[in-house]
Amino acid sequence: MMAATPLLQVRGLTRRYGARIGCRDVSFDLWPGEVLGIVGESGSGKTTLLKCLSAQLEPDAGQVVYATRDEGPRDIFALSEPRRRLLMRTDWGIVHQHPVEGLRMGVSAGANVGERLMAVGARNYGRIRASALDWLGRVEIARDRIDDMPRTFSGGMLQRLQIARNLVSSPRLVFMDEPTGSLDVSVQARLLDLLHGLVADLGLSVVVVTHDLAVARLLAHRLMVMRAGSVVEEGLTDQVLDDPQHAYTQLLVASILHP
Amino acid sequence: MDGYNFAYLDEQTKRMIRRAILKAVAIPGYQVPFASREMPLPYGWGTGGIQVTAAIIGLADTLKVIDQGADDTTNAVSIRRFFARTTGVATTERTADATIIQTRHRIPERSLRADQIIVFQVPIPEPLRWLEPRETETRKMHALSEYGAMHVKLYEDVARHGRIATAYDYPVMVGGRYLMRPSPIPKFDNPKLDRSPALQLFGAGREKRIYAVPPHTEVYSLDFEDHPFEVQKWEQACALCGAGDSFLDEVIVDDRGGRIFVCSDSDHCGERRAAGHVGAQPDALGQPADKVAP
Repeated sequence: MMAATPLLQVRGLTRRYGARIGCRDVSFDLWPGEVLGIVGESGSGKTTLLKCLSAQLEPDAGQVVYATRDEGPRDIFALSEPRRRLLMRTDWGIVHQHPVEGLRMGVSAGANVGERLMAVGARNYGRIRASALDWLGRVEIARDRIDDMPRTFSGGMLQRLQIARNLVSSPRLVFMDEPTGSLDVSVQARLLDLLHGLVADLGLSVVVVTHDLAVARLLAHRLMVMRAGSVVEEGLTDQVLDDPQHAYTQLLVASILHP
Repeated sequence: MDGYNFAYLDEQTKRMIRRAILKAVAIPGYQVPFASREMPLPYGWGTGGIQVTAAIIGLADTLKVIDQGADDTTNAVSIRRFFARTTGVATTERTADATIIQTRHRIPERSLRADQIIVFQVPIPEPLRWLEPRETETRKMHALSEYGAMHVKLYEDVARHGRIATAYDYPVMVGGRYLMRPSPIPKFDNPKLDRSPALQLFGAGREKRIYAVPPHTEVYSLDFEDHPFEVQKWEQACALCGAGDSFLDEVIVDDRGGRIFVCSDSDHCGERRAAGHVGAQPDALGQPADKVAP
């Protein structure tokens, strides 16, 4: 599934917090249908990078060029704000580590899933509800929970609800920040299984940030290893994990516990 | 009244409020910030409406003040007396005779005319507040017309009650551009906002906002294609005047569960009774039809 142009072209992306470095001189291409994992320890700049990529944070230098559906490649920070916000609501999805940040906790599960549809002009209740039901089914939430409040959901269900809420608008690019970070191991496994299936079925491009190499191995086609704000190694997932070249990657891989 | 300027506020303040009103009229539905003053009554009792009225009232005006449709409730009586004492202008309880009508929670049943101004008291002017607590963000949403999420509230209503159950302060689009809270009027009155020949002004004292619907401006109540906007209906008619098309209040008349429905607009009901309309229980509230002043 190679297309002529990458979906996302990142060049020299740098973000500082005063004198400190958030991320420094990051460049990569993301192709349609590709899943890119960003791994590294806490504080290595993974989340800063993800926030810059997803336009939640303005970088100090560098470009993020996104291949828009109608106008071709555009630097997202040069787009007008209404266009950028529309892009974020329709073409992109952002899955937060803590579902509470990505969900509206005061309204029912169905309204959470339907919100993006209504935000782009859906005005037919029956159709909105049908889409919500369909998506709840796809993320394995029982259909009779559609009118329940998210606070009655378990952690794993909340994360799946957040995923449904993002995917309902058929985005092309999804950013995930530690999607399994707050879940226990067996729930993690099921969620990863689900994500793996959805990404493959929908041909999504995904940038997933994680400190968990097992998650990276299961989801990502390609890995970038970050340390102190810089990318120290990148390559195909199996290649990076099985034959790490950089000393830091070797350390990271060696520190996985094997039960 | 000695020691006070005409209509209580000083001239500079009135000038500032008039500027805000002019801007509000120029941008229908847009909330204009203004330097709301302390008024001699608590926030929530109509400080915004009073300031708007004080800024527009003149010696030739006739003022009517209603609260929940009635002219004789505490809020209405005290505001009417406030302006009678600070301006000396004529006051009336008759909708047809008034040039300025200050209101809380209702629009009179009688259609307003082009030479009338209606002033609404507004507690919370921001329609997006329930879904977005940040003012910076709601302003941005207004600026970019990002109103889609407002339907989430209506969705919740339909999902929970099978219909849009919001009955008052029902969100509207003004002139196809700005989302607006019409103040806590029943949605029964929303159709009266649409293309009204009268100028409609809204004042929120605590929140320091003024907004307006100029005459003949389209006011559209939000809805779904398959759940269209509709107003309340009653099975009863007014017990006093027999009106079947007005907004009715439920009134408890004894301690045995007896209750009747009467017009909430007391002037409308009185006019109808004076014109000879009689309901099922004309004496229920101790006001025999023949004793109602014409």
